[in-house]
Amino acid sequence: MTPDNNPNRPGETPGTTRSLEHFVAEVAETPLQAVDQVKEESAPLSLWGEAWKNLRKQPLFLISAFLILVVALVSLFPGLFSPINPATEACQLSSSNGPATAGHPLGFTKQGCDVYARMIFGAQASVTVGLFTTLGVLLIGGIVGSIAGYYGGWIDAVLARINDIFFALPLILGAIVLIQVPYFRANRNPWTLVVILVVFGWPQIARITRGAVIEVRNADFVTAARSLGVSKFSALVRHVLPNSLAPIIVVATISLGTFIVAEATLSFLGIGLPPSVMSWGNDIQAAQSSLRSNPLPLLYPAIALSITVLSFIMLGDALRDALDPKARKR
Amino acid sequence: MTTYILKRFLQVIPVFLGATLLVYFLVFSLPGDPIAALFGDRPVNEAVAAQLRKQYNLDQPFWIQYLLYLKSIFTFDLGLDFSGRPIAAVLGEVFPVTARLAVMALIFEGFFGILFGLIAGLRKGKIFDATVLVASLIVIGIPIFVLGFVLQFFIGVQLGWAKPTVSAGASVQDLILPAIVLGLGSFAYVLRLTRTSVLENMNADYVRTATAKGLSRSRVVRVHILRNSLIPVITFLGADLGALMGGAIVTEGIFNIPGVGQRLYRAVLSGEGPTVVSIVTVLVLIYVVSNLLVDLLYAWLDPRIRYDS
Repeated sequence: MTPDNNPNRPGETPGTTRSLEHFVAEVAETPLQAVDQVKEESAPLSLWGEAWKNLRKQPLFLISAFLILVVALVSLFPGLFSPINPATEACQLSSSNGPATAGHPLGFTKQGCDVYARMIFGAQASVTVGLFTTLGVLLIGGIVGSIAGYYGGWIDAVLARINDIFFALPLILGAIVLIQVPYFRANRNPWTLVVILVVFGWPQIARITRGAVIEVRNADFVTAARSLGVSKFSALVRHVLPNSLAPIIVVATISLGTFIVAEATLSFLGIGLPPSVMSWGNDIQAAQSSLRSNPLPLLYPAIALSITVLSFIMLGDALRDALDPKARKR
Repeated sequence: MTTYILKRFLQVIPVFLGATLLVYFLVFSLPGDPIAALFGDRPVNEAVAAQLRKQYNLDQPFWIQYLLYLKSIFTFDLGLDFSGRPIAAVLGEVFPVTARLAVMALIFEGFFGILFGLIAGLRKGKIFDATVLVASLIVIGIPIFVLGFVLQFFIGVQLGWAKPTVSAGASVQDLILPAIVLGLGSFAYVLRLTRTSVLENMNADYVRTATAKGLSRSRVVRVHILRNSLIPVITFLGADLGALMGGAIVTEGIFNIPGVGQRLYRAVLSGEGPTVVSIVTVLVLIYVVSNLLVDLLYAWLDPRIRYDS
């Protein structure tokens, strides 16, 4: 470069720099600095801060968050909500299909069990399966999806095909096939069910993660981090992933509901949790035979199940609206 | 377009091979002997077990087994199920029933989903829109077997408007209620998808142009808004056919419909590996092919797709 078109370089002839000198004012003296000073309360909110501000005013969010809180409390401490523990207190066949009486607000099942107590204690298994399946799916789907989206190229192509293969088997169908495998047949419990559902549930999260990572991976702040010497992998973990979390969390919330339904569906079909485990699906299945004479034992666990699932779907919906700036403007 | 079709077609092959391999592996090669499981608690009769293993090629190494199984698919010589009937004949019996059910569900969810979604989108924020949005959320939230039982109980048993269970022939009339139950969840999705899509298109430049040049409201809605809004909806509907057929197992159980799901369920309970594998393979094939067709349709409807790739 010639000195002429690079006037700010030190040691140049005075003639070329003089006309530009008054632009290079000393920073400390300029009054603009005071104006520019960013006050803390005027700082733009982060995506999450903005979303939280929006969510607090959303009835959909408040209702679903409250319901989820109740469901969480019920599954953690069922004893607080029901004085009767169906696991220790035997059902009385004498009160088979009996109506509601004092202390038994929802009546009795065909086996003479307290419907209300079973509904309260059934929450735990359903929520456990839903929650841990979601965590497992997030782990596997998140890893596969972020690697595919971030590294691209042949890795992406191979992972996408594997994803397609698992996607070709719908969740319930795949679970039914996997359940008949002798090992799972012999060990039916909530944890094997979680494994089975994770095997066929991860592709969806993987797809969402891949899309979200692709959107972020070329952002300026990632390039900046890379050029400051952050390794490719830690750029993924520390810069790309935290910024692509929003859609993943939305889908994970909704699929928590889906997995609770999947557990109930499989238990309802008689191939999910063993009958010894109290769960809504099992109770609905057991009440099925006396549906026409006494529909209530089927209805109550069904309502509990629907409300739980619904609140996760509503929460996901509210989160989606709050986290998507495009949707917010509309 | 030809390149796109070819490319998309080539992608189907590994998916189909992979999915069949996965299912075959799950059924026949995970720890545990599928033939021994057949005997239940009784002692295994070695002669019978050996005979069965030979019949289903289970005495061969895994890769040979899998290749023989692929061959049996393509020659449609699927062998016998455990009660001695040809599996191909069993499939020929159950698939038409489920296909009828799934197509009816598809027509139901497509027609009403698009209609309600369009009205809701055009009247955003009004009472109809709000009602429909909440109702669809509830429908999505309620599991299909709960919906099935509730509708069966109230419409079938209490009101007597429809037969609570389906008779052997599974006629179209018998299948109306089950088809509604099967399609309700997707109906809510179609509705919401149409609504979002209509809302997006209503503010598009070409809609403003169409209105500005004096076209009637109904023509703008029909030709400019609806047609363009339908592209994502059609994609969803096409992909849903495979999902409905695979997901019919619960509905078929509730209404006692002699379809694929029930047969598969019985095969799973009795440990009939070969029948399970055959049914799932056909379901996977339907799913993969309907997705392929949808992608081609999509590329044909929306040129951006084929130019991008």
